[in-house]
Amino acid sequence: MAPSGSDTVSVVERTRPIAIGTGIVGAHFLGRTAAFVLGEEAIVLAPPDGEARRIAAHDGAILATAAGDSRVVTAGDDGKIVATDADGASSILARDPKQRWIDHVALGPDGVVAWSAGKTAFVQAKELREFEAPSTVGGLAFFPKGLRLAIAHYNGATLWFPNAAGAAPEKLEWKGSHLGATVSPDGRFLVTTMQEPMLHGWRVADRQHMRMSGYAARVMSLSWSAGGHWLATAGASQLVLWPFQGKDGPMGKTPRLLTPSGHRVDIVACHPGTDVVAAGYDNGLLLLARIEDGAEILAKKPGDAPVTALAWSGDGRLLAWGTENGEGGIVNVG
Amino acid sequence: MPEQSSPEKIPVTVLTGYLGAGKTTLLNRILSEPHGKRYAVIVNEFGEIGIDNDLVVGADEEVFEMNNGCICCTVRGDLVRILDGLMRRKGKFDAIIVETTGLADPAPVAQTFFIDENVERKTKLDAVVTVADAKWLNERLKDAPEAKNQIAFADVILINKTDLVSPDELSDVEARIRGINPYAKLHKTQRAKVPLDAVLGRNAFDLDRILDLEPDFLGDDHDHHHHHDHDHGHHHDHDHDHAHSHSHGGLKHYHDEDMQSIALHTNKPLDPDKFFPWVQDLVQKEGPSILRCKGILAFKDDDQRFVFQGVHMILDGDHQRPWKDGEKRDSRIVFIGRNLPGKMITEGFESCIAKA
Repeated sequence: MAPSGSDTVSVVERTRPIAIGTGIVGAHFLGRTAAFVLGEEAIVLAPPDGEARRIAAHDGAILATAAGDSRVVTAGDDGKIVATDADGASSILARDPKQRWIDHVALGPDGVVAWSAGKTAFVQAKELREFEAPSTVGGLAFFPKGLRLAIAHYNGATLWFPNAAGAAPEKLEWKGSHLGATVSPDGRFLVTTMQEPMLHGWRVADRQHMRMSGYAARVMSLSWSAGGHWLATAGASQLVLWPFQGKDGPMGKTPRLLTPSGHRVDIVACHPGTDVVAAGYDNGLLLLARIEDGAEILAKKPGDAPVTALAWSGDGRLLAWGTENGEGGIVNVG
Repeated sequence: MPEQSSPEKIPVTVLTGYLGAGKTTLLNRILSEPHGKRYAVIVNEFGEIGIDNDLVVGADEEVFEMNNGCICCTVRGDLVRILDGLMRRKGKFDAIIVETTGLADPAPVAQTFFIDENVERKTKLDAVVTVADAKWLNERLKDAPEAKNQIAFADVILINKTDLVSPDELSDVEARIRGINPYAKLHKTQRAKVPLDAVLGRNAFDLDRILDLEPDFLGDDHDHHHHHDHDHGHHHDHDHDHAHSHSHGGLKHYHDEDMQSIALHTNKPLDPDKFFPWVQDLVQKEGPSILRCKGILAFKDDDQRFVFQGVHMILDGDHQRPWKDGEKRDSRIVFIGRNLPGKMITEGFESCIAKA
């Protein structure tokens, strides 16, 4: 069972509540300002010493969000890609000419932005480049170095070098529908989430496959630990961590399982400096777990709605969370 | 599955029907009636006729196989994505209508609501409504397997454009439909004019709403594999609200060459330790041929009525309620599918009867 008794260490009382009211789909930190991305229309910015305020960004649903150090980039069903900075200044980075839904967005090295609408992936580098995937794009992830984008789709993923004119995109094949993508911080592994409750991975150098299964639900959230030794994953009734220390990644290894609970982990976020993971549950519980020994700290008690957004500040002192029914909070972890 | 104190799931109605049958007419009728409801509409991206509605999303009907070796386990990948996006605006509409192309198989659409946990958590499939063209359906049943799938799969069927056929032709097309799917609610319409509550809010996939498994014709209960007794007492609260007043006395019977329904019945209690392995094995092996199934079951030493339903290989079942005093504890199952091995299914079912 999840801890709720008095013997569990808690940081709940160090939470600054941020009442938002509509569903929160993402959280980021711009310096020490927390940015809560709403399911519709706006971003709520909560500076460390000031009132939270709402910044309009889209005319409809916000479908995807990504952030760099200085801006949050959101994509909407209004066909727009919008950047918002910590001061609340926003600008439209791109607008789909057909006003299609922008399903995914990713930020790459040097602030390069990628997005997708249906089957088409775009990268705005010096010029706008586009790539037609064989099916609807399920997810986008940049490699840490060079301008290379992983595009997840039906029956595999494609590695695309948008600036390399003439270089054929590389295809990584695996049957099934791939719905999300992440590249390890060292660039050696690509992992996708699948329509089935499992992950698939490729070692990029030799395309060695990795199957990571055993989940109760579709995996909707992934996070690399500081240094990239672990991949923390949601989708099970405990926090599932796959080891990526060795050259073979998790192949032939079993995952580390922490924070067992009667509820499902819906979202995960690794601390930027130490091997600690924040795990948000579908009943609103939020726990911090130390990877080494599984020690737990309570960060939010269960509530009315699943935790749907998590973010650590760059210094690892603040943790922002949001829920599906619009509660938000910033925990000063210290 | 974790219990969720989530608000009401948003109902989703799927409109199918072969090209030109009148799906878009029905859709526009639903949207234009003064019902005070707001709908989000998912239409085929390449549709040509305009839809007058605030929230219209174009879909591209991507059918994805699941990576589990089963060719009938498919989902509509675009629906997974679109429903996720729509649910971010869930305060903006009361229900969702999905219009499929004329060539679409309804199964991947339906299966999306059972396979994708994220979709299942926030939305529920209400019913598959098929619009059939009174004049051309018979032809399409001969040359278009999609048209037959759409009839077989339906919970509600509109025989549309009845003004274009004679009473004899209408009777003939009705009999053709009944030969494939005797269980759907049937409505005869012109310009898809039908009361909205006949097509919306049906709860056809809701286990709690499986009340009886009688064919939907009054005074005409012929089918191939079981005999009825009409003295059971649990079909009174079924909403037979449609205009079915004319006589079916002259209705012909057709046996469709490749699509049939099989109805099984016993008044002896079933052994759950035999039944569940049997039905699971059956849908594993015959899943591609079984389009829909439904059952109400009485198990030995069990005071609860058990209900189940399925689409291809996916089964969903639960205890529904205690058997009422005096209620006949009969078990009934219906399969609709293509080239079903009737003898094997019947014998298998009978082997699940509990030893006295």
